[in-house]
Amino acid sequence: MKVIKEKHPLLMRWTHWVNFPILTIMIWSGLLIYWANDTYTFSLFGVTFIRFFPQGFYDALHIPKRLAEGMAFHFLFMWFFALNGFLYVAYTIISGQWRELLPNRHSFKEAWQVVLHDLHIRKMAPPQNKYNAAQRIAYTAIIVMGFGSLITGLAIYKPVQFNYLVWLCGGYHLARIWHFVLTIGYVLFFLVHVVQVVLAGWNNFRSVISGFEVIDEKPQPVIQIENDETNEKAE
Amino acid sequence: MKLTKRLNKVFSKKKAPKKELTVEQKISRRNFISFGSFLALGSAAYGGWRWLYTSPLEKKGITAQAHAPLRAVLNTNEKIVRGLYSNQNLVKTYPKGMAAKTVRHNSDIGSAGLVDVEAWKLVVKKSNGEMLSIGIDEIMKLPKTEIIYDFKCVEGWDQISHWGGVKFSDFIAHFKLDAETAFEYVGMETPDKKYYVGVDMPSAMHPQTLLAYEVNEKPLPPKHGAPLRLIIPVKYGIKNLKRIGSINFSNTRPRDYWAEQGYDYYAGL
Repeated sequence: MKVIKEKHPLLMRWTHWVNFPILTIMIWSGLLIYWANDTYTFSLFGVTFIRFFPQGFYDALHIPKRLAEGMAFHFLFMWFFALNGFLYVAYTIISGQWRELLPNRHSFKEAWQVVLHDLHIRKMAPPQNKYNAAQRIAYTAIIVMGFGSLITGLAIYKPVQFNYLVWLCGGYHLARIWHFVLTIGYVLFFLVHVVQVVLAGWNNFRSVISGFEVIDEKPQPVIQIENDETNEKAE
Repeated sequence: MKLTKRLNKVFSKKKAPKKELTVEQKISRRNFISFGSFLALGSAAYGGWRWLYTSPLEKKGITAQAHAPLRAVLNTNEKIVRGLYSNQNLVKTYPKGMAAKTVRHNSDIGSAGLVDVEAWKLVVKKSNGEMLSIGIDEIMKLPKTEIIYDFKCVEGWDQISHWGGVKFSDFIAHFKLDAETAFEYVGMETPDKKYYVGVDMPSAMHPQTLLAYEVNEKPLPPKHGAPLRLIIPVKYGIKNLKRIGSINFSNTRPRDYWAEQGYDYYAGL
């Protein structure tokens, strides 16, 4: 028998989807700023190992001379990015959803089991509620990262007026590097996130738009249900 | 959730007031509503983005070449930040040893070629129409201030550099220009008028703002704006005008080279 199981509240779904285009625009406009002076390299002992973006990339995309444009977009959408983030965090705290989201003391051990299960090395996944242990860690990290982008961004934006933020980031130069590293983090997260969503299937994807999952419940012995309930309470 | 529930109620009252919906019906109804609103809101968001991305550029004036709505945001951001602005906030300074030996320069607009330092005069246009004509020797007689700070470019690079000159506020006091500080803006232009900036008065009067004639304790080379340039650590490099030829004061924004290219007029840090 099919049963509707509520999963994601409306506000969490909206902030999730609103964040997607905002973050896309922030990364795009941020790169227009970055490309104005592409100095980031990964060097050890004077040898450069990684230099982002080959010359052909710039030629193909007509990148130069768009710094002013990039800054203008970046400094508009930073407001939406911040507001959307605050809305999400405030709601998560007030509604009590944080209980489903924050890693607990089992999460770090279980996350490893989730990874092994995802890689088809381990047969059984650890028990979970709304999010599994790996999701708890990843999604909480993303929120912390968003906060980090905001702090480092403000430190770069007004380093004199927000000098305490610059100090907090370990200096202006380091603040810029953090800001950029976090961006790379989002891109990596996005790649894994999308692959996981595809693997998790339609029911899971639909729940982020509709808010519910459909569960095919088979009649079960009463004792089993009681067990489930006690498990849930224990969590 | 509440919205969908409410919508559900409205729908069920109209269509089937007595019959309880089956689970299948509930699922398809909620799917229809949520995916419908998802598509509608998604299209609206995309439309909003297209509107912004193709919105007309502002009318050419003191600022130019930015999309009108984006310029409005830059100006609003400026208002917010100027509300927070404090001349008590000093830019961090560094020991002499950390200053770069080769100081980066990006552009020769307005300062290309050599300048005849002997013949050069700084022209200050006072509000009463009076013009001051000041030689570099006169400026170098004023108390010298040095600063070693992290010069920040909008392009995203920064470099610790060492500058020497006279504080703008000392310069104002010495040439009895106190009345001019009542104006909101200071405008500066190169002798050939090809490069020019406008700076708000509080930033100009910031204790670390210099009219610099030295870099690394030597006279400015031509590419760094010999014989006199602006060093304004509370602003991005685009406001640090090289080879100042004239200074004027006004209550409206003076013309600004980079603001005409679409950049934020304030460009304050």
